Amino acid sequence: MSMNFLTYLISGISLGSIYAIIALGYTMVYGIAKMLNFAHGDFIMVGCYVVFTIMGMFNGSAVGKIAGVFVAIIVCTLVGVITEKIAYKPLRGASSPLAVLITAIGVSYLLENAALLIFGSDPKSFTSVVPWEGVAVKGLKIQGVTIVTIVVSVIVLVVLQLFVHKTREGQAMLCVAQDKGAAMLMGINVNKTITITFAIGSALAAIAGALQCSAYPALTPYTGAMPGIKAFVAAVLGGIGSIPGAMIGGIVLGVIEILSRSYISSQLADAIVFGVLIIVLLVKPTGILGKNIQEKV
Amino acid sequence: MALLEVNHLSISFGGLRAVDDLSFSIEKGELYGLIGPNGAGKTTVFNLLTGVYSPTEGIIKLGDTDITGKKTIDINKEGIARTFQNIRLFGKMSVIDNVKVALNNSSEFYYGSLHGILHTPKYHRIEKALEKRALELLEVFDLDKERDVLASNLPYGKQRKLEIARAMATEPKLLLLDEPAAGMNPNETAELMNTISLIRSKFGMTILLIEHDMKLVSGICERLTVLNFGKVLKQGETKTVLNDPEVIKAYIGE
Repeated sequence: MSMNFLTYLISGISLGSIYAIIALGYTMVYGIAKMLNFAHGDFIMVGCYVVFTIMGMFNGSAVGKIAGVFVAIIVCTLVGVITEKIAYKPLRGASSPLAVLITAIGVSYLLENAALLIFGSDPKSFTSVVPWEGVAVKGLKIQGVTIVTIVVSVIVLVVLQLFVHKTREGQAMLCVAQDKGAAMLMGINVNKTITITFAIGSALAAIAGALQCSAYPALTPYTGAMPGIKAFVAAVLGGIGSIPGAMIGGIVLGVIEILSRSYISSQLADAIVFGVLIIVLLVKPTGILGKNIQEKV
Repeated sequence: MALLEVNHLSISFGGLRAVDDLSFSIEKGELYGLIGPNGAGKTTVFNLLTGVYSPTEGIIKLGDTDITGKKTIDINKEGIARTFQNIRLFGKMSVIDNVKVALNNSSEFYYGSLHGILHTPKYHRIEKALEKRALELLEVFDLDKERDVLASNLPYGKQRKLEIARAMATEPKLLLLDEPAAGMNPNETAELMNTISLIRSKFGMTILLIEHDMKLVSGICERLTVLNFGKVLKQGETKTVLNDPEVIKAYIGE
């Protein structure tokens, strides 16, 4: 294996980890509220601007970086929960699932245009939240943010699995995912469960945003759009509704993207990514872990 | 004093009056039957009692509490639990987990999510108590040997039992059973009748039963309401009601 290949592979896993963290939000919300929150990608962008603003206030100091990520998590959680309450909850009983889907697209445009209004359209240069150079092993140089991203995504996955399987709230999620009506009649608070799901998904979007902008530092109001769509692809690829599926889908997607960008063509990379999605769905329409019903949330 | 009191309950869907001026009351510890031909509005009554629908008119009282129009989850907390005509277990969860998730109405079984994630002593203590309580319930229903089986893999009769066990886990005052014998063979029906008398003797449970199976109804219900087209056709002692010519006519025809 050449050194280059290893470098590409690691940065693919790192990019994939970001997709995975975003995809977790998509997949949980889909599994529990049975809706596709197409504004999820824009929650990432909101998180990025919050980190950017707070870091600016602290002149890029370490305290500013930590505070920025922390505040971004809180702000994104609030944005997610409020969006759900105002825009999605009233439509939960709507006869057509399209109503809430269209609303989600509306929320997406609302957030993008609000950012445009506040921050303007010119790209902001984002300073990495990971002030660590990284390591070099036998000529293989790995950036700090790459390592941190992979580590964070593993922690997120483990904590989320523990949350779903080892807490009362998580078990309630599994019930709501299977039968909302029956869950309600067994004394499970369905509204609270959906709120928690949105809160977790949105908090993860903030984390993903901080990591993504640290690796790819140009921040615009549309920063969240493409990663959002790719994370959605990752969630479908892994089997929508499945937590490990989102993780696997994200990493597979990230690796394919980086490898095709490096070996085939950087222009064609996205086309290849979406091509893979089409092929996987033709072969296995439920996604890689689609059959793994045990893990669905 | 009556445990459940339903007064002049009505609901309209557009022009259709699915339940029309229904009144009845159930004494504590009683097994009350709600019967009627298909489409008579029986399940709608259950949906009204559990807050899935809000009544157009009428009052529902559980003990001293007016529960009319309350939310489903609050009604469950007040003490009404139910099973479903078409079984609605959490099929992808184990038998014991189905019962554990329903043990919601007592705060002794709650720990914060952080305790669960970090596996603190509190988590272990409460999980142990939860499991003990769930196992006790499963033993009553003779399901303790299947504790780790996926609910959807249980045989039909046992799924019915598990649904009753899950409903009992919410610690209800009143249990609503929606056609528990539907789709059962005679053996399973006989076993179900045993289960029902068991929860009455063991827990002193008050039960409202919707049923088609006349044998089951006449075997265990003390009093009945017969619904037809949303209206009360007859009410009273089971024997008297079932021999009433009008009831026979509604069921069997002229």
